[in-house]
Amino acid sequence: MAPKTMFEKMWDSHVVSDEPGKPSLLYVDLHLVHEITSAQAFDGLRMNHRTVRRPDKTVVVADHNVPTKDRDKPLEDEIAKTQLDALAQNTSEFGLNYFDMFSEKQGIVHVIGPEQGWTRPGMIIVCGDSHTSTHGAMGAMAFGIGTSEVEHVLATQCIWQAKPKTMEIRVEGTLAPGVTAKDVALGIVGKIGTSGGIGHAIEYTGSVFRDMSMEGRMTVCNLSIEAGARSGMVAPDEKTYEYLKGREQCPTGADWDAAVEEWKKLPTDEGAKFDTLLEIPASDIVPFVTWGTNPGQVAPITGRVPKPEDYENSQDQFAVEKALKYMGLQGGERIQDIMIDTIFVGSCTNSRIEDLRAAAAVVKGKQKAPSVRALIVPGSWLVKQQAEKEGLDKIFLDAGMEWRDAGCSMCLAMNPDRLAPGERSASTSNRNFEGRQGPGGRTHLVSPAMAAAAAIAGHFVDIRDWS
Amino acid sequence: MEAFKQHTGKVVPYDMPNVDTDQIIPARFLKKIDRVGFGELLFNDVRYNADGSPKEDFVLNQEKYAGGSVLVSGPQFGIGSSREHAPWAIQQYGFKVVIAPSFGDIFRSNCFQNGLLPVQLSERDVQTLIARAQELSDYQVTVDLETQEVHDSVGFSAKFEVDSFRRDCLLRGLDDIGLTLEKISAIDAFEKAHA
Repeated sequence: MAPKTMFEKMWDSHVVSDEPGKPSLLYVDLHLVHEITSAQAFDGLRMNHRTVRRPDKTVVVADHNVPTKDRDKPLEDEIAKTQLDALAQNTSEFGLNYFDMFSEKQGIVHVIGPEQGWTRPGMIIVCGDSHTSTHGAMGAMAFGIGTSEVEHVLATQCIWQAKPKTMEIRVEGTLAPGVTAKDVALGIVGKIGTSGGIGHAIEYTGSVFRDMSMEGRMTVCNLSIEAGARSGMVAPDEKTYEYLKGREQCPTGADWDAAVEEWKKLPTDEGAKFDTLLEIPASDIVPFVTWGTNPGQVAPITGRVPKPEDYENSQDQFAVEKALKYMGLQGGERIQDIMIDTIFVGSCTNSRIEDLRAAAAVVKGKQKAPSVRALIVPGSWLVKQQAEKEGLDKIFLDAGMEWRDAGCSMCLAMNPDRLAPGERSASTSNRNFEGRQGPGGRTHLVSPAMAAAAAIAGHFVDIRDWS
Repeated sequence: MEAFKQHTGKVVPYDMPNVDTDQIIPARFLKKIDRVGFGELLFNDVRYNADGSPKEDFVLNQEKYAGGSVLVSGPQFGIGSSREHAPWAIQQYGFKVVIAPSFGDIFRSNCFQNGLLPVQLSERDVQTLIARAQELSDYQVTVDLETQEVHDSVGFSAKFEVDSFRRDCLLRGLDDIGLTLEKISAIDAFEKAHA
């Protein structure tokens, strides 16, 4: 049999119907749902007298617009409350697993999936959220869909998909101390741009990803969509099995052993061909900071903000000029001279326990700069509990930082956590688009350790020189 | 879904690269639980001042482009968040077609789900349309899905590619769920085999 990529194996094993001239109808193993992209889908079901085909494969959580403090008080945002009430009503009407904001299992949808073992190798996973690519870290094929497709998956447990091309991104070597998964991802997006992965499914290969922790792999896969790719994945290995073993939703005993045997067949066969190959040496990866208004606009921490005239193409010059104007930056400024107002450690990109440990290690025994506001938002209640067990909350609080409850929070400012116009953040989230963290807000994307160091110094610093 | 065969309408040129879905409709407007009322929020943060008054220089606020129904913009249109509110907002404003040199994958797929046609043309062709819309008054194009062609009355004509299945669904106004439910026995069989 011809050698296959991991992507092709997963695709082929999920085809329900394949006809010439049509996309494939694929079976969905896990459908994750949240409040922002589902209300209109449930309405559609009701209108057409349809039911949810597989409630057992559907997991619902409130994460985007939930407040991250004072949850015992009534919600101030009436529209958000209506949306959360609708979600509770819909999940009860259709009989679905639902974690509301008071549940001990609540958290950001892309944090709780792997954490509770819902996400497993070989699965096709969809969610009405572009960062669904995160789950590819488990060796799954996971991608974001729109609300019409959410309705479709609820009704049929299937999705129509035209087969994307495959792209291998290989990073060989060893990351230097202080260089993290976030920097690898920003380095990739910086290299191929926000459209480099359009129409592709990425597989990340090479020693850097093999050596990376599961949480690091999640960070990398999470940002696949920022390079334009709907999905990114890493082959499952011993680390994957070790991470998953014993998690609530994972099989046990003989079923576990059988599952692992199946998962071991998933990795890309020797000799299988990808449509595109991108190789980046690990030595090219340094701590990165975005300076502009899309995640492809990155500079090394030792670098400078570019000038429009650094670019040849007039459209690039225009894009840079526009970004600099929005960001309130001068071309040629040193990145390390940029003063920041706020740091945000959180989001589906960087809110897991290792992220909080990395930030706490930088903060320990220090104080944030007096003018800086610092928000630490764990990705889930379980992450929060673990962090508190390790005393990380105390480290942050002692440094003058805020320790919040789990949710998407300032990543997209749908709840009260947002930037004021002109306010500048160092953020561990995934998008620095105009207005993403609040109208007029200015976002610089960085790793958790870099955000923490910026909070203390009041400006960006090279984490490799931090002591 | 309403069928789409052919549309003739005024071009609104938004000459901007990387128009992400956060710009098309900011996240704070995604809390509504119905499908309507997004048109007035389209491009909110670049379209209105903080006090709610329209920004005069923004393209949607210019009298010249009032009533436009074909949006033409730069590369990577619709990248970012999967929010289907983005095509809803564009469509509810009155657009029937979006033309750009490239689109975000999820946005493109969401357009097809709603009968909003995303048309990919070369960067050069897009620039031609933008220039003509800016120079001429009431500049109109015809977008024909059957012949897969965009043309105007002053000599512009370009073919475009479109997934044949999506084209067929749009031409007939078919929605995906109905089509899939015709395959119910295949889904049952798949589930039985993988139980």
